[in-house]
Amino acid sequence: MIRSALLCLSLTLGLAAAVLPAAAQTEAGAEAEAETGAGTEAEAGTGAAAGTAGATTESIVSGLSQNRVSITADFNGSEILVYGAVRREAPPPPGRLSVVITVEGPSGPVTVRRKGRVAGIWINNAAVDVDSAPSFYAVATTGPIEEILTATENFRQSVTIDRLIRAVGITTQAEQSEDFLRALVQVRTEEGLYRLLEGSVELTEDTLFRADVTLPTNLTEGEYTVHLFLLRDGKMIARQERVIDVRKEGLERMIYNLAQTQPLLYGVIALLLAAAAGYGASAAFRMIRN
Amino acid sequence: MQLYLPIAEISANIFLILGIGGIVGFLSGMFGVGGGFLITPLLFFVGVPPAVAVATGANQVVASSVSGVLAQMKRKAVDFRMGTVLLVGGFGGSIIGIWVFEWMKRLGQVDLFVQLSYVLFLGVIGAMMFQESLRALLRNRDGKAPIRRAHSHNWVHGLPFKMKFRASGLYISVIPPVLIGALVGFLAAIMGVGGGFLLVPAMIYLLGMPTKVVIGTSLFQIIFVSAFTTLMHSVNSHSVDLMLALLLIFSGVIGAQFGAQIGLKLKAEQLRILLSLLVLAVSLRIAADLLLQPDQLYSVTPGAMP
Repeated sequence: MIRSALLCLSLTLGLAAAVLPAAAQTEAGAEAEAETGAGTEAEAGTGAAAGTAGATTESIVSGLSQNRVSITADFNGSEILVYGAVRREAPPPPGRLSVVITVEGPSGPVTVRRKGRVAGIWINNAAVDVDSAPSFYAVATTGPIEEILTATENFRQSVTIDRLIRAVGITTQAEQSEDFLRALVQVRTEEGLYRLLEGSVELTEDTLFRADVTLPTNLTEGEYTVHLFLLRDGKMIARQERVIDVRKEGLERMIYNLAQTQPLLYGVIALLLAAAAGYGASAAFRMIRN
Repeated sequence: MQLYLPIAEISANIFLILGIGGIVGFLSGMFGVGGGFLITPLLFFVGVPPAVAVATGANQVVASSVSGVLAQMKRKAVDFRMGTVLLVGGFGGSIIGIWVFEWMKRLGQVDLFVQLSYVLFLGVIGAMMFQESLRALLRNRDGKAPIRRAHSHNWVHGLPFKMKFRASGLYISVIPPVLIGALVGFLAAIMGVGGGFLLVPAMIYLLGMPTKVVIGTSLFQIIFVSAFTTLMHSVNSHSVDLMLALLLIFSGVIGAQFGAQIGLKLKAEQLRILLSLLVLAVSLRIAADLLLQPDQLYSVTPGAMP
């Protein structure tokens, strides 16, 4: 009975989002309705998502406003709406319910360098190779991360950014190598690539939740993974994963591909355009003068 | 209005980029230099990664030099023979420069290397030009005509492999022009500049060429050196951003035509003194970056060290 009612809720999530007392509710509703495909897809994922920590009574049903971001010439950042509901087969157990949503960009190796003063000038004189760090990482929560997530659970589920940076054997590369990892997080936070958005997930009546995550203008291409964690008293009770595909499109795609696959032809085209522009400008100005 | 640059992988303001192209084009048209020494640091400032700024700057220099040479050719002010000899050296220097650039990139010192080259070469050339043009300006004010010897013989004239350069009225060894060409090609590759600011004084003071053919000849050789640099960078490091280049070129060639008009109205010494001040200012700005403590000591580069 309850199950079928909530199933119904998940299918008509567009309508559910519209009654949320959120500021951007109409926009959210429209987006959600337009993407009902993404909303119903959640059904497949929920079965696998539930079943951790023994508390099988609660699971996540979720959707994304878009599961594809196109970087076109006029790309100026993108806002992703993550929305969903908690599905229950029994009345909720006691304890504080929290939701954490993370968006993780493609990871890759990174070199962190430190400047030092050598002979009066500032040069890079120490470096640490980090095996893998996400190019983008945003954590959105319903409250302060330290209060809603225990350290043990964070260790198991790898929620915060420091758990996602893999750096093996860096102690041999430089003194105080831990400083380099801290600096990596700090630099990327300043660039807007790593974000901690505490309290930005809206949770209504312990059932409906939504969060807006803004993707920056300096995006890297690839698959962005969205993780949704449902926590009760700091312990994870359900988790789900979805993917956003970020790709250069149109002219951007064409130029990038040509530069990578046909570099010589690309260079020649660049030169011909430059020569033609130089000739064109002098011809045009001669005409204007005469 | 923002535009996403596919190779630089940043979203930049179109009008800011057009403005940079226009201002640099204006100055280059006025002084007869490519303008690469200005465009590369300005692109750093907008947030374009150094490698992309250097390679794309070289592409823009091709456009403004073509525009400039066409104007000079009508005045028969291009010594093609001298240009070709400079070019032979230029290619050699370019290959070494790109090789050094790649090597420095692996060491993580490419920024320092580019910055030091800027400070050193811009500082020295700027100071020399400033001193010389100030003296010329003061001399003209006194009303005395400058003393110029038609033939000043020195050790340069004792070198072998002599060649006749009719347009310049010279009969000299090809060794000095080849070496100068090589140095310019080397700098073009690592600094993303055509080397006009270096080539113009070298041709006047070292080779003794008449000033009227210097600008055209310098632009002639800059076209090929920076075209070669553009090609090498696009093949080796895929770092030429066509979208960025098109914006810079578009406003650059227009600015260059206006600059050339203004340049014709100024006296040669006034032009040289303004150019030297500009060169010195850029040099000091970059020197300050190296000498003052940076706000952020750490920097993050994607990719592992090989």
